Order: sequence, then C-alpha cells, then structure tokens
Amino acid sequence: MTTLFERNESERRLLLMDRSRPGRLGTTLPRLDVPESDLPDGSMLRDDLELPEVSEGEIVRYFSQISQLNFSIDHNFYPLGSCTMKYNPKLNDEIASLPGFSDIHPLQPEGTAQGAIKLLWELQEYLNEITGMAGCSLAPMAGADGELAGMLMARAYHLERGDDGRKNVLIPDSAHGTNPASAAMAGFEVVSLPSDSNGNTDLDALRDSVDDNLAGLMITLPSTLGLFDTNILDVTRIVRDAGGIVYGDGANLNAIVGRVKFGDLGFDVIHSNLHKTFTQPHGGGGPGAGPVIAGPRLVDYLPTPIAERGERDGGGDERFSLKRPPKTIGRMGAFHGNFGALARAWAYIRTLGREGIPQISEDAVINANYVLSQLRGFYDLPYDRSCMHEVVFSASSLRREHGARALDVAKRLIDYGIHPPTMYFPLIVDEALMIEPTETESKETLDFFIEVMKTIAKEAAEDPDLLHDAPHNTPNTRLDEARAARRPDLRWRRGSE
Amino acid sequence: MVSDSFQSPYVPNTDADRRAMLDAIGVDSVDELFADVPDGYLNYDLDLPRGLDELELGRYAAELAATNCVPGEYACFLGAGSYRHHVPAVVRQIASRSEYMTAYTPYQPEVSQGTLQTAFEFQSMICQLTGMDVANLGMYDGSTSMAEAALMAARITRRERVAIVDSASPLYREVLDTYTQAPGLAVDTISASDTRIEDGTACVIVQQPNFFGYMEDLDRLSKLARESGALLIVSVDPVSLGMFKPPADYGADIVVGEGQALGVAPAFGGPYVGLFACKRAYVRQMPGRIVGRTVDTRGREAYVLTLQTREQHIRRERATSNICTAVALIALMSTVYAASFGRRGLRRIAELCYHKAHYAASLIEGIPGYSLPMRGTFFQEFVVECPLPPSEINERLLNLRIIGGLDVSGSVENGMLVCVTEMNSREEIESFAKALGEFGGGG
Repeated sequence: MTTLFERNESERRLLLMDRSRPGRLGTTLPRLDVPESDLPDGSMLRDDLELPEVSEGEIVRYFSQISQLNFSIDHNFYPLGSCTMKYNPKLNDEIASLPGFSDIHPLQPEGTAQGAIKLLWELQEYLNEITGMAGCSLAPMAGADGELAGMLMARAYHLERGDDGRKNVLIPDSAHGTNPASAAMAGFEVVSLPSDSNGNTDLDALRDSVDDNLAGLMITLPSTLGLFDTNILDVTRIVRDAGGIVYGDGANLNAIVGRVKFGDLGFDVIHSNLHKTFTQPHGGGGPGAGPVIAGPRLVDYLPTPIAERGERDGGGDERFSLKRPPKTIGRMGAFHGNFGALARAWAYIRTLGREGIPQISEDAVINANYVLSQLRGFYDLPYDRSCMHEVVFSASSLRREHGARALDVAKRLIDYGIHPPTMYFPLIVDEALMIEPTETESKETLDFFIEVMKTIAKEAAEDPDLLHDAPHNTPNTRLDEARAARRPDLRWRRGSE
Repeated sequence: MVSDSFQSPYVPNTDADRRAMLDAIGVDSVDELFADVPDGYLNYDLDLPRGLDELELGRYAAELAATNCVPGEYACFLGAGSYRHHVPAVVRQIASRSEYMTAYTPYQPEVSQGTLQTAFEFQSMICQLTGMDVANLGMYDGSTSMAEAALMAARITRRERVAIVDSASPLYREVLDTYTQAPGLAVDTISASDTRIEDGTACVIVQQPNFFGYMEDLDRLSKLARESGALLIVSVDPVSLGMFKPPADYGADIVVGEGQALGVAPAFGGPYVGLFACKRAYVRQMPGRIVGRTVDTRGREAYVLTLQTREQHIRRERATSNICTAVALIALMSTVYAASFGRRGLRRIAELCYHKAHYAASLIEGIPGYSLPMRGTFFQEFVVECPLPPSEINERLLNLRIIGGLDVSGSVENGMLVCVTEMNSREEIESFAKALGEFGGGG
C-alpha cells in the first residue's frame, strides 16, 4: 500500500506527459489578425504531435519543485576543481537581459547594432590585455570550441607554410579530455607527455618528443594539478624552437588573472572559459563561452567575425563593425558567439576593473592554500608544494586502510550540504579529490568545509559504511549507472510508467 | 566621508582574513604563494579601465543597449536562422531560477535531479517533435549540430564525402566547412533536383524549410540518399514541426536544428541550443550529453548522465566529439516553452506564422516591380525580388522604423529574404508593404 508520504514523493517526479490532460493550456494563444490563407496539401501536415497539455500554474509548480532537487552556487558551497564555481553576479544577468541586447537580431545591419558590437570590441580588448595576446575572436561557444578553433588555426598556420608533415600534438597526461579530443578533431595525432615527480612537465621527455613532426603542444597553466609549472619557459621555448605552436588551455586562468600573462610566457594561442573566470552562470552544463585569443603568429587565422573599431567617413564618431580575419579558419557557429555570455563577462570585467581583477587570483590562491594547509595530514597530498587556485588531494590511504574511496568521501560531503569536489581527475592521481574553493567564498565557509573534511576522514576510520551508503539525506540515493548505460531509457513513451 | 577605495563585492576576504590565512599557511605574503612563477614574469601592468560601481555600469550598459535598434520598437522582418517569437513570461521566470542557472553539469546525480529530469523532458520533447527515437541534451547551436551530424554520418558509414543541398543556409555551410577541413571530408554541393550523388557519400544534408523558407521534397531526397547508402540528415525549424510532418516520416536518419525559436531570445546570435536527434541504432555514435532513466539503490526512478563512454573525459582522442557543453539552461527554456504552448499551442503558432507570412507575400507580390521568384510551399519566410538592391531599400526602411528582410542578392538578383512571425502585427506588415511600394513600384 502506497502511503500518502510516498505518493507525495513520487507524484512530484511525474513527467509532464504523465501530467497532461487533453484541453489544458499553459499560456494564452496569440490571435490571428490577417486573413487566413490556404494551408498546404494535407499530405505535408501532421496530426500526431504529442506535447504536454498542462496549465501555467502546474508548469510553474512542477519546475519549481524539481529545481529544488539541485545543488547550485546560490545555495551551496561548490568546490568543484577545474570548474571555478564562483558566485555569479546578479547585475550581469540584468545587463544581458536588457531588451537592447536580448531582443536584437544577429543579422541586423551593423549600423543598427553599434552598442552590441562596441561591447564585443571592448571585451576583445580586455581579454587581449588580461592575457597579453594580440587578437581575440569571441565566436567559440565553449572552452572545447575554443580549443578546436585554436588547433585548426595551428593546422592552417603549418599548412600555409607548406609544413604538411607536422601531425603530432603533445599533451600532458594530466590534461582535460577535451584537449586530446579537440586535437583529434583538428586532424592531429596525440602524443601523451608525462609529468615529472614534482608535477611539472618532464623536460627530458619533452625534448625526446620534439622532431620535425611536431605540430604543437596543448598545455594547461596552471596545470590540472593546481600547480604552476616551474618549467614553463623551457617548455614554450623547446616547442617553439622545434617549430611547434604552443596552445594554452585557459581553464585555470582564475589562478593567475591580473598577475601573469600568457603572451609573456611564449604562448601562441589560448582560450578562456568565460563561464569559469568571468562568471557566466554554468546553467546546469551550459551555455558557456570560450573566446580564442592569439599571439602575433596566429592572429590572422582567428575564426570569423572579429569586432573592429573605425571612424566614420570623414572622421568624427567611432564606428564598430564585424570583420573577417584575412586567413580565417572560418566560422565556429552561425552567428557571433554566445552574446549573452559575452555581455555578462564584459559587465564583470567592467565592475572589477584594473583594481579588482588581480584581487581574483590573490584570494583564489590564498583560499586554496589555506584549505591545503588545514587538510594536510588528513588526506594524502601527492604533490606537497604551494598550490595555485586549487589543490589536489588523494584518498588512497583512506581506501587502503578503511576501504573508503574518493567517491565515498565525495558523496558523504553531500550530507553536509557541500557539493563534492572533482573526483578521479587528473587521471595521474590515484583517488583524486580536486578542490577549488574560488575567491568568492569566505573564511567561515572554508573553515566549515575543513571541519567537515576532517570529520569525514574520522568517519571513514570508525564507520566506513556511513560513507559507502552516502548520501543519506537526498531525494535519491546512489544511482544504478550501469543499468542506465546497459538499457538506455532516454525519453518518455506512452505507457512506459 | 566614507572612503571609496575599491572593494570587490564578490570577494568576502578582508585584510584580517588574509593575514589569518597566510599565517595558517605559514607564509609572510601572498607573493610567496606565487613563487613558482619565473622571476620577472609577475606582470601587474594591467591597462584596463577602473571598476565601475553598479550605478555607473547600469547607466553605461543602458546607454550601449540604447544605441541598438531593437525589434519590437522597430518592425523587423529578419529571420534566416534566428527567429522572433512570443516567449511566455513563465519561460524566463523558470529559467532564471538559480537552482537551474547556477548549477554545474549534473555529474553528481543525487544533487542534480532537477537539471537531469528537465533534461529528460527536453530529450523527450525533441523526439516527439522530430519523430526520432533518441535525442541528446543539445549542441552549441543549429549550425554545429549540422556539422557534427555530418561527422557522425562519416563515422557510421566509414565514408568520406558529404553532400549538402544548395538551399541550406550559407552560414551553416561555412560551419560545415570549418568542421570538415581537418578530417578531410569532401563537401559536394548538390541541387534538390539532382538524380545522383557521388559514390562514397556518407550523407545528404537538407534544410527544411530551406534557407529561403520553402519546403523541400524530402521523399525524393530520402530516396536519393537511400539508393546510395548515404544517411539523410535534415536540419529543421522546430516551430514548423508544429504543423508539418516530421522528418522521421520521410526516413531521416539524423535530425538537427536550431532550438532558439522555441522560447529563446535572439540575443544578437546566442546562446542558442542545437537540436540533435537520431535513430536508435546510432545512439552510441552521437556527440554530446545524454540523460537516461534508471533507479537508485532503493529502487526509485531517477535520472543520470549516460552512455558517457562516447565522451572526451573517458575516451579522450577517440571520443565522438570534443563537446562537453550541454546547453542545459537554454534547453530548459525550450522545454518550458513547449510545455506552455503544448500540442495545440505549437500548432497555433506555426499556423499564425504561416498565415501572416502568406498575407505579407500576397501584398508584396501585388506591388508593381516586386515578385516572388520561387515556387512551392513556404512556411514563414520567402524571397522577394526587388526592383532596387535590397541594401538601398533597407536603408530607407530604417527611417520608417522598419528593419527589412535579409539581403540575399548573392543568391537571387535583388533578392530579399523576408520573415514574418506572429510577432509582426497586421499593421507592421501593411506598413512594410506600403513602404516597399513607395520605394520600388514605378521608381
């Protein structure tokens, strides 16, 4: 017998189609104010379309109720390493929602969208300045999209020089999976590069890997171990001397923004994840933005379009336009990138300005090192040195001694209202727990987190099943992911309940 | 007067907090934490403007926004891949809930069921609209969906040619060229009336309605693809599927499209959501995130990211794609939009666009000097051959607060691609036609 309590739990999870009742409507229907025309031949038309029929109030309650099953930045501490889950300023959302931005059409004549193009131009200038590069295209719509653009630019550069044998791209073993995947999409062979015992690039291995087939290197700085590679100047020099392009994955820009410029260090092209460093909300997985930013060697190959500032004929007012770079690799999307995300990043940079931008990296790095210093001894530290914006611990001792894995620690954190850190990444760290507090968290929040992490280490020793069965307080316990993959059930079907 | 020295509202640390943390870390200054940066490479030279307070920035942003001509204040007849439709208030309200907006990718399903369940709703809705078996949680936009579909077809068929019907969007075609350049896929442009395609063609790509607004003969193209062992990829406008038969009925193997028309603002080109659906047999070759239904340890239904062995974080350079975005928030907007209008409402919106576009076409066709050079069935867009270059006409229309159609004189002499949706009132349509008559008719 189902109790009313159980009914409450299950009925709020009913899918829209199972709530549907013929005749209900969720909004008013616009009226027809012109004469009707003949509809096309019936053979072209459908009468089989199934969509939910629900009232507006039902829609709002349904989506509001299930929204509360989420953790989010606005509700929870979210120290998810490599994802830079910092506070997303509300002002930025309001600015992006101004009708003068949100309602304009991407193909309007440039003269009717001067404010929007000026915003793009300003953002390009800021990103060039912050990263020390020569030119920027805001077109890529995600970090991985920026990587693809950058690697296609590297390919075009080599091909234009008649260098068609350069097929190999070196990628450290600690890299995000997008790096090898993007290099492959850009037509390259991936060669994995080991890290040394300090977590830096292994320079001997690098020297052994460079030859006439070298197209370039993709490297994340600071690395995904949360470390600033102390060999970085040697790394970029060796690759460039061998004729390769140095690609910088800017996923971890939050650690060095306002302090270190990629351009100074010998990078040829980078991308910046605006949804990390520059606060575009993550939205449950997107949208993001991943501008690609190039140094002098690659700037002419940027994806189209680029915003430019010029003068009206005869001087006078400035005039902004969208231009095609001379040797462009082409178009990354139908229009000019994710303008809504770009407007938010622009607003963020304008709010912080030259004084506030360096503050980001200062506090991000202090906060991460504080966590490191307080949890040393409670969890393993595979690389015990000053970290940058994130710290990678390992639960390998906990696993060996008590049978509690990184996954169990992560799931137990949920019971304390904290989103788990990134786990099992980077791949070169056993039982990795990658913690990125960000600069927007207070010392009080960090102290609570530290206390919880210490408690969980103690619980692991005393009652490991408490961890194995976690989380305990969520609407769902751990899921059968194997079943999901073995028997894919990917959509609503009539009668499938 | 209280000091106005800059303090970021987004950083809670005070100097006292910093001092306490640096002491706990065991360093004297923050510079010691940056000691791994090579000597001389800490570069504080930052040529940025000073920070603006909320009042100043609000004013500056409003000033920039005000220099744009905003559809709504202007009558606007632009489409070509970005469409203006009425978005019920509930869509923005739900999508701005911070539980959705400020969550990350749902890697931890126990605390992400909101995102995951709405994602499952989105996949279901896209399947119902397109008639296909399975759909993913979205690509960057319609154009990248189309390009990824071509790569997927090449993987499935192990063939290296792609045929695209010449009536597809030239912007989408450019993106296809970007994606196919490195894998070395040859792209053949074909006509919808061609009776054969090159041997070894992986797919035939067709846009429906096509870039010029007209319906292509999918039966024919489906047969053409099938006879050559190629897959049929159809790029759709989802609103048109409120009334027109879905691509699945014509045997489409992969259906892609731009989801923006379903409840998402034009926003100068993004963010949008690329739709991606296919036959069940091909699901393991799909790019992008996919959500599946399963059970938890207590047997309760719940949702989880699945089939992840296709993806870059596991498969690395052998992944089906490098994508790790699912444009979940935009997908949510489309889901709420479709739920609001429902079966009947979406049909209504599609028919309104159809009737209004046909009314506009009938008025324009009657103006001396103007004609509709294309024949066949169109949905909400059509091409007008003008007596003057459309760029000149559009310039003069702006003075009347009308943003005219897209200049497609590269494809059709003096061609203007006109889009009419339910957003264009009868008055706007009639003013537009009247103005065209004054500019063109008889000189």
